[in-house]
Amino acid sequence: MLADERSAPSDTAPLVELQGITVTFPGVKALDEVDFRLLPGEVHALLGENGAGKSTLIKALTGVHATDAGEIRLAGVPVSFHGPAQAQDAGISTVYQEVNLCTNLSVAENILLGREPRRFGAIDGRAMRARAAELLSRIGLHIDPGSALGSHPIAVQQLVAIARAVAVDARVLILDEPTSSLDAGEVAELFRIVRVLRDEGVAILFVSHFLDQVYEIADRLTVLRNGKVVGEYATAKVGRLELVRAMIGRDLTVLDEVERRSERRVPSEEPLLRAENLGRAGSIAPFDLELHPGEVVGVAGLLGSGRTELARLLFGADRADSGHVYFDGKILKLRGPRSAIAHGIAFTSEDRKAEGLVADLTVRDNLILAMQAARGWARQVPRRTADELVAKYVEALDIRPADADAVVGTLSGGNQQKVLLARWLVTRPKLLILDEPTRGIDVGAKAQIQKVVADLAAEGMAVVFISAELEEVVRVSDRVVVLRDRRKIAEVSGTEVTVDDVVALIAGEAEKVPS
Amino acid sequence: MTAPPLVAPPREKTRVPLTSRVPSRFLPVIATFVVFVLTFGAGSIRYEGFATGQVVANLFIDNAFLIVVAVGMTFVILTGGIDLSVGSVVALSTMIAAATLRAGWPAWLVILAVLATGALLGLGMGVMVHRFGVQPFIATLAGMFLARGLCFVISVESVSIKDGTFRDIALASIELPGEVAITYGVVIALIVVAVAAYVLHLTRFGRTVYAVGGSESSATLMGLRTGRVKVGVYVISGFCSALGGLLFSFYMLSGYSLHAVGLELDAIAAVVVGGTLLAGGVGYVVGSVVGVLVLGTVQTLISFEGTLSSWWTKIVIGVLLLAFIALQRLIVRRQPVK
Amino acid sequence: MTRSRLLWPLLALVALLLLNLVFTPSFFALRIQDGHLFGSLVDILRNGAPTLLIALGMTLVIATRGIDLSVGAVAAIAGAVTCTHIATTGDAIGGMALALGLCAVLGLWNGFLVSVIGIQPIIATLVLMTAGRGMAMLVTEGQIVTVNNDVFAKVGAGFLVLPIAILISLAVLAGVALLTRRTALGMLIEAVGVNPEASRLAGVRSRTIIWTVYVFSALCAGVAGLMIASNVNAADANNAGLWIEMDAILAVVIGGTSLAGGRYSLTGTLIGALVIQTLTTTVYTIGVPPETTLVFKAAVVIVVCLLQAPRLTRTFRVPVPQKAGA
Repeated sequence: MLADERSAPSDTAPLVELQGITVTFPGVKALDEVDFRLLPGEVHALLGENGAGKSTLIKALTGVHATDAGEIRLAGVPVSFHGPAQAQDAGISTVYQEVNLCTNLSVAENILLGREPRRFGAIDGRAMRARAAELLSRIGLHIDPGSALGSHPIAVQQLVAIARAVAVDARVLILDEPTSSLDAGEVAELFRIVRVLRDEGVAILFVSHFLDQVYEIADRLTVLRNGKVVGEYATAKVGRLELVRAMIGRDLTVLDEVERRSERRVPSEEPLLRAENLGRAGSIAPFDLELHPGEVVGVAGLLGSGRTELARLLFGADRADSGHVYFDGKILKLRGPRSAIAHGIAFTSEDRKAEGLVADLTVRDNLILAMQAARGWARQVPRRTADELVAKYVEALDIRPADADAVVGTLSGGNQQKVLLARWLVTRPKLLILDEPTRGIDVGAKAQIQKVVADLAAEGMAVVFISAELEEVVRVSDRVVVLRDRRKIAEVSGTEVTVDDVVALIAGEAEKVPS
Repeated sequence: MTAPPLVAPPREKTRVPLTSRVPSRFLPVIATFVVFVLTFGAGSIRYEGFATGQVVANLFIDNAFLIVVAVGMTFVILTGGIDLSVGSVVALSTMIAAATLRAGWPAWLVILAVLATGALLGLGMGVMVHRFGVQPFIATLAGMFLARGLCFVISVESVSIKDGTFRDIALASIELPGEVAITYGVVIALIVVAVAAYVLHLTRFGRTVYAVGGSESSATLMGLRTGRVKVGVYVISGFCSALGGLLFSFYMLSGYSLHAVGLELDAIAAVVVGGTLLAGGVGYVVGSVVGVLVLGTVQTLISFEGTLSSWWTKIVIGVLLLAFIALQRLIVRRQPVK
Repeated sequence: MTRSRLLWPLLALVALLLLNLVFTPSFFALRIQDGHLFGSLVDILRNGAPTLLIALGMTLVIATRGIDLSVGAVAAIAGAVTCTHIATTGDAIGGMALALGLCAVLGLWNGFLVSVIGIQPIIATLVLMTAGRGMAMLVTEGQIVTVNNDVFAKVGAGFLVLPIAILISLAVLAGVALLTRRTALGMLIEAVGVNPEASRLAGVRSRTIIWTVYVFSALCAGVAGLMIASNVNAADANNAGLWIEMDAILAVVIGGTSLAGGRYSLTGTLIGALVIQTLTTTVYTIGVPPETTLVFKAAVVIVVCLLQAPRLTRTFRVPVPQKAGA
């Protein structure tokens, strides 16, 4: 590994330098006086959980977001871009997680469109394919430049995107979670190319949440949390444990209201739900899982470890391609959300906006949506019942404003989340799956939601609680399922489980506890 | 857990056997062509005098204006838009031509005025769509009403064209070998097709049209000038409609407000049958031309049949539309994960 | 929110009515003759009845992010089937029932293409828009079928103090309003239109909802087709309901329902339909050649659409929020 020598290049002047960068969105400081240095010829990983500010940093650098304070210097010269096109012209190219190319065009066009070779004013197809082939071979990719991009797998499309970035003579290459949809072999191929480019002197900013990959490819890394830089490390000199801790943080907002559940329930003999070998290719490896009534099962793992995928399989939002689910002892065919709901399974998505709320509708409508859907359109939930339910849950969950007719899109994140939670509570589910119910909401609302979860379990409901914050998972759960790299690696239970134990499991440095 | 080898062993580049590349991209066009050959073949077996060169030539002569209009529509649909105004712009063009000629304008100025009007209307709709975010459907619907209304403002009656130049162009025929004659309209239509194919495939503008249809946000992130293209396609469509209107006025030798009613549907049908995806990004002008020919052949067949009523044409076009949409869905589904 | 969306169309309507008043001082006058109510306002309502009906169905379709281009053709089919049936058997009620039954089937067909096969609504309904008129002509064998039936004539031209056509369309308006308020249909339609994925995860049967709105739209078109045919006592497969889908879509859009789906306003649609019909009437009253109505229609569409256009609103009214922190 060359990492060691590369880790202290104090003599090299940074190619990109961010100083005191602050980006404010209405109500939030997305970036708070961030300092960041990217050196030529290094792979620099940017780490952090959801909402830590990774993508905001990239967008500030490439001119998508305007900065409120601070300075960006490229090769020592202060710059200020108005949009990615300008950044590109200055030599900063970005390859996004979702391939931002046109699948209906040829590979060559995707690489060269906008600066294609021309002859007598017309695009010179032959020259374009030749130039594209040359660029592709520079990164060692041998595919037909004339073929349609859509005919290649995502992994190849990703590499083509890199070829396009390279074609502009990029000095800085930003890879924004490029590996999240690739398998091991494809990742290896990507890294080979990244190394080639690094050795050519390109500065590479690599955003990822796969620690193994970060350790494999990155020379240095910067960790962000809540819009602030936690630290800048040489990869070779930082242990996984330390890193995971830095990312997850010890948010010492320990909330008195939610005491750690001191009394662990002894699960009843019969599980409410039993998943056997349940899995879905490309999403999560087959896993076994038992959920008991009155039990809170936490799911811990880094972003992209398969947390959401696990939840979606249990709810039938995605179809499993292996394994079975037994519910109340009987086999349950999950054909879609409706069959899950009919059996008393409820699920709130981590993506409140896109998959949870119906933003233009009122609190009342959103709150009774699932109940109404189950009844069918002809049997409207009577207005009085609806108002009673709304009043009850507005009070129980402290939803503000306490106005049934408020348009839900205008509520704050925490209150939206409570509405979403209430939507399912009115259906009296037996199993409640909560995917990051506390993401992006204020501390007070967090505590309230955690308390509700504890109360529900006490009433006999089975709850799956997914969160990026380990403190919270450990505090709320009776049992914690640990995921890494889209695989269930452990299951720990008992009062003695600590955050450190889980961190160790996630970091892969502890003995694996058999599940 | 072995990954598919990303890096195939260096093989001979670019020269991939045709069979592996042709199908998915050209299949719709080929299918349309097959349908054309089949319908035409059926006609020639059934009717004497059907499979003559002149019947083919007449297909082009009768549909020259539709070919031109469909070419413009292809540009718009390739970006994922739609242009409902084409029929009305054709009518308006015949009206302006007839009225200005009656007023004594020279033919060249008339032609210029018509083309400019069409392009200007297209520009207006393009600006509405791009700058103000009005949906293409509504923006071009307004254009459709405006153009048709302006026809009536000019004259409610049909105005015949008596100008010498126009009549000369209209009535002149070009003899081709094999005792086949075509009109200048056909020549113009074919030139338009050739130019359109050139623009779409060999210019940055044309490739950006495809890119916008494939993914507008990607195209923008790739630094392409999507705004210019989104407005541009409506200008092109307006221009093509105006040119189609001129061809139509050669064909009819009159200007009339009720000319070309419903033409936009024929044009859209031709484009869809010709294999262009209404979602944008996939399709060829040549497909649209074959689409027009299929529609024309169906019409000719039904007129040859005599006993079959002309309304069957509409039903057949509807069925063809359905069949090709189904075919496209099959092809889209077969493609690898996006 | 809803109120501000209805402001511009309402102003347009008022302006048009006032314009009429200037040109024809007796414009608002109503008189009763033989127990029938007459007057320009009644005429506007009566002539606008078919458009209003179709626009009501269209509103719900558009609320689910769809569009129904086939309504004109369906209207023509309804007229054709009824008139042909009456011409052969003399049975008006049976003919109308047959026609509406067929319309329901056509609506099922559209709904099938959109919700099951997953074809874009605009193309799915384009099929029937194209083929439907041919089918109507097939029914009438290309002739204009004239009928002479008292019962049938009442639908479009009858009076019950007010013209029956007005009563029917207002009854449907009231019915839809009631149906969407008193059942959960309205809420579920909006939920599917605003956020299909969230609705799916909440267990909404979006397929059934979409199917329902297309059937309803076809039924509205069918009734409108009966009115149109009854009004002239004939089925004209070629021209009955020609371009009425465009008028209906315009009425919906002018009424503030976005083509992008979601929140809809039946009141807005009513106003939109009235704006369109009043415009036509206005052109007659102020003495402009009636054929030029289309130009004014285009002008109104352009103005109203631009006023409602999201980009325009953003550019001129709302201050840029991102700079707030600076």
